[in-house]
Amino acid sequence: MRARYFRIYSFAVLFALGVCPGAAAQSLRVGNGPEVETLDPQRARSVSAFNILRDLYEALIRVGADGELIPGAAEGWEVSGDGLIYRFHLRADARWSNGDAVTADDFVAGMRRTLLPATGSSFAQMLTPIRGAAAIIRGELQPEALGVRALSPLELEIQLDAPAPQLLGVLTQAATYPIHRPSLQRYGADFARAGRLIGNGAYALDAWVMQSHVSLRRNPYYWDAKDVGIDAVTYYPTEDINSEYKRYRAGELDVTYEVPPVQIAQIRRERAAELHVAPYLGVYYYGLNLTRAPFSGNPKLRQALSMAIDRKLIVDKVLNGLALPAYGWVPPGVTGYPPQQPVWAQLSREQQLAEARRLFAESGYGPRHPLELEIRFNTHESHQRVATVIAAMWKQTLGVTTRLVNEEFKVFINHRKQRRLTQVFRSVWIADYNDPSSFTDILYSSHGQNDTGWSSPAYDARIDAAREQPVLRTPMLQAAERLIFDEVPVIPIYFYVSKHLVQSRVIGWRDNVLDYHYTRDLRLEAHAPTEPGS
Amino acid sequence: MTRVPVWQSFTQRRSAPLALCLLGLIVLAVLFGPLFSPYAVDFIDFEGDWSSPPTLKGAHWFGTDSLGRDLFVRTLEGGRISLLVGVLSTLVAAGIGVAYGAAAGYYGGRTDQLMMRAVDVLYALPFMFLVILLMALFGRHLVLMFVAIGAVNWLDMARIVRGQTLALKQREFVIAARLSGAPDAQIVRRHIVPNLLGVAVVYASLTIPQVVLIESFLSFLGLGVQAPATSWGALVNDGAREMESTPWSLVFPAGFLTLTLLCLNAVGEGLRQALERRSV
Amino acid sequence: MMRALSRLLIAMPTLFVLVTLAFFMMRAAPGGPFDGERSLAPEIEAAIASQYHLDESLIRQYARYLVDLSRGDLGPSFQYEGYRVTELIATGLPVSALVGGLALGLALILGVLIGVVAAQRRNHLIDHILMTLSALGVCIPAFVIAPLMILAFAVTLGWLPAGGWNEGQWRDVLLPVIALALPQLAYVARLTRTAMVDVLQAPYILAARAKGLPGRWVLLRHALRPALIPVLSYLGPAAAALITGSVVIEQIFSIPGLGRYFVQAALNRDYTLVLGVVLVYGALIVVFNFVVDVLYGVLDPRVRAA
Repeated sequence: MRARYFRIYSFAVLFALGVCPGAAAQSLRVGNGPEVETLDPQRARSVSAFNILRDLYEALIRVGADGELIPGAAEGWEVSGDGLIYRFHLRADARWSNGDAVTADDFVAGMRRTLLPATGSSFAQMLTPIRGAAAIIRGELQPEALGVRALSPLELEIQLDAPAPQLLGVLTQAATYPIHRPSLQRYGADFARAGRLIGNGAYALDAWVMQSHVSLRRNPYYWDAKDVGIDAVTYYPTEDINSEYKRYRAGELDVTYEVPPVQIAQIRRERAAELHVAPYLGVYYYGLNLTRAPFSGNPKLRQALSMAIDRKLIVDKVLNGLALPAYGWVPPGVTGYPPQQPVWAQLSREQQLAEARRLFAESGYGPRHPLELEIRFNTHESHQRVATVIAAMWKQTLGVTTRLVNEEFKVFINHRKQRRLTQVFRSVWIADYNDPSSFTDILYSSHGQNDTGWSSPAYDARIDAAREQPVLRTPMLQAAERLIFDEVPVIPIYFYVSKHLVQSRVIGWRDNVLDYHYTRDLRLEAHAPTEPGS
Repeated sequence: MTRVPVWQSFTQRRSAPLALCLLGLIVLAVLFGPLFSPYAVDFIDFEGDWSSPPTLKGAHWFGTDSLGRDLFVRTLEGGRISLLVGVLSTLVAAGIGVAYGAAAGYYGGRTDQLMMRAVDVLYALPFMFLVILLMALFGRHLVLMFVAIGAVNWLDMARIVRGQTLALKQREFVIAARLSGAPDAQIVRRHIVPNLLGVAVVYASLTIPQVVLIESFLSFLGLGVQAPATSWGALVNDGAREMESTPWSLVFPAGFLTLTLLCLNAVGEGLRQALERRSV
Repeated sequence: MMRALSRLLIAMPTLFVLVTLAFFMMRAAPGGPFDGERSLAPEIEAAIASQYHLDESLIRQYARYLVDLSRGDLGPSFQYEGYRVTELIATGLPVSALVGGLALGLALILGVLIGVVAAQRRNHLIDHILMTLSALGVCIPAFVIAPLMILAFAVTLGWLPAGGWNEGQWRDVLLPVIALALPQLAYVARLTRTAMVDVLQAPYILAARAKGLPGRWVLLRHALRPALIPVLSYLGPAAAALITGSVVIEQIFSIPGLGRYFVQAALNRDYTLVLGVVLVYGALIVVFNFVVDVLYGVLDPRVRAA
């Protein structure tokens, strides 16, 4: 008996010794959140998919390491004096990953495909500044009528109905990527798979094993291939934030998708240099259903609830500093737009609470007429934490009894859109492009994203004015934002930050507000990978 | 006549009575413990320390969690939910199992064969997946949870009860009742089911720990009870996530969960063996 | 054998009932596969719905599913565009089967071994230690054990990877298999010990011993076989438990198996993928039980005679 135990023991030791920390030296390994739903640029919806697509495709314009717009597949462009016509000059040496030349018609085909209802793109709305786009989405015009034309194989013209300063930002997005028409013809909608997908980006799709990894290798035909430093990049789906952090610590990942807030103290202590936290163009907010009691026609109640929330505490203690307190609606960091705050944000916490209590009493609620509320959110650890704390704040400062209702995502989304059951609902908005209108547009009365049911003619008028008069754009949008402060259809809670852990062997990682990191802009330190263990 | 020997043989094993005492203590703690703490289950101590280790100061005996809530109260309140789900689901399972098993055993013959063949087949299905599906599709109501869990755990009970019923059917008092012309339903209700209770209790006591584990499993998948209510499964899951920074948030709920499951298993095993010894 | 075959025959209609149940349950649930944070233009929504036949009546969709199913096609995945459910299962099933199969093997071999050792040294210290450990093993949830193992063996010691899957190398497989096997192993050990203790007291064993046959010979030749029968009847439930356990383990270790798909697919209303996984697991358990039934005949002569 003893002899057998000994054998088992020595076997275990052999196992242990047989292990070597092996990893490919010139391959970048990136944690990439949920498994991607598709790599079809015109159908992709998730941040995870866009992260990979930025390596596989190249838009006319791309985002530099610091978030600025720089030439991508187009080496230059001109805009007409009235801001209605854009002309792009494509690179003569741009190639698809099979060697075919990239032409203006490929871009035309990509944008048409985005707008064709049968494609089912989630981002078709984004192209509506382009002439004819809205009518194509509605099925009233054929895609061929789109105001995007190839003047020559290397010249592309885009016509607008009204000036749209955000257009250049839109043209960095996957919805505007070119499409390799022969493979689309050959495989139909199923072209976006390893062995079929042809892209024009710095990397080409090598393998995609569902739930395991998506691996890319350098595209030898890429026009700037000599300037691409990393040979291969592998994206790993990492649904569980804690598992991801453990894999990072074991030296299996170079970049993480997220940082677990509960571990942040340890990370700040032991890995401060690897932690990257930077402002990000996203706002986490509570929407209020203005079509029903208690919120319809009661702005004082809405203001009181907003003021009663201690955003600093939420950011410091619930999110462990991985966010910025949000008082305004448009996050700081949007290019060319000075951030604003409501006046009360400057008050001390005591003054804010006093003001909140006064408004609450004036709104008609109090000990004699108690208020009961429901906060709805989709089941997720972090939503639950925030809701728990806000419920306690409302209870402990205003005496509001708040019930938490967490629902499965699909159920939650349906309730939110129907506006029947919902009172307070958690919501989030991530900018599509670096422009204030990406935030102000969604509260326009007819916007599909406006689940509050807020319909303010004054607000709509300011948004329209900003669109029609480019000179007054920023002041008009600012005036619109101030209207949100008075009317409180939404309670902003915090602005997102991008948060990653990046191993020290990765060189060239720069934080930017869009959280875009093209692998072609990164380098790997030449020597062996970091040792596992902490 | 039957009770005393079972109890005697139960107490012959040292571990089972000890487990029963411990279990009693846990139940008492879970029921009355929260009364001794100044905190409510969803109260956030905005002034106090969050994620603070166990301390006598401020009466956070088990420390606080990462949202500044008292872990002592949460652990015990979580125990209420876990045990509630365990007991209620088991009742559902026992109800279905006893009714089904008694019917199959009593009617016998073809009916019995068919009913038991159906149980055989049901054994072969991934029922846990239906529970997950139900919770994922229709949200997490407590009632739905224990009905769903109960509805998939009655198979063992049905088999055992059927066997017992077959044996009971041959006993004199049942035959006498039948000869005196009593209707079937009445015989089952008056004579069969009361005599099945012993077996049912024993197997129910073995089902409870399984159900508590299933609940914790659902919590891990994010399909557990609604916040701010909590359960041991939910607490252990939170604790496992934070175990490196705040080990106490794992240790207390996991300790309670494990200890309770150990006791339940020991008591159930003890009862089962005692019962088997009686029947030998 | 006849009994085993007849069970197999009955299982077919049951699988059909299971699929029907799951189909209508999925459809009764609120929310659809393409609802998201971002609202779509109504025209685009309609185009997607017609592409997946979601605009047809439920009965027609059900009929369509059954017709496809009879041709061995489980339909397109709603969540992973451009992939068929059959393909996803073809890549996920071997992974789950490898981990699950190894875990089952480990649980059986080690469990029986521990049970036999404990029974042989009944009421000795080693018996108490083994049985306490196995009692604990049954009680501690996998989502506590698994992260602890990762922390110890991957993060701190750096011996094994913390997760992931490279074509199933032993380094990737080891920790998940152990974590998955642990509760079943503990259960099998307890079962074996109980059965073995009973068997060792049976008259024919005592007789064999009295004849002077060596202890180990008696153990292996006469006692082990009957003692394995309760273990065998536990195999069915054990397989089911391993399958559900794989949902947790695959998530914690980032293993691309079927279990990982299931919960995500249910939450995302990926109708076809959920049905496919339920169907495969159902069929798997049916086949597995068939094998167990046959094994019964081999191990227990009384069943063979019947």
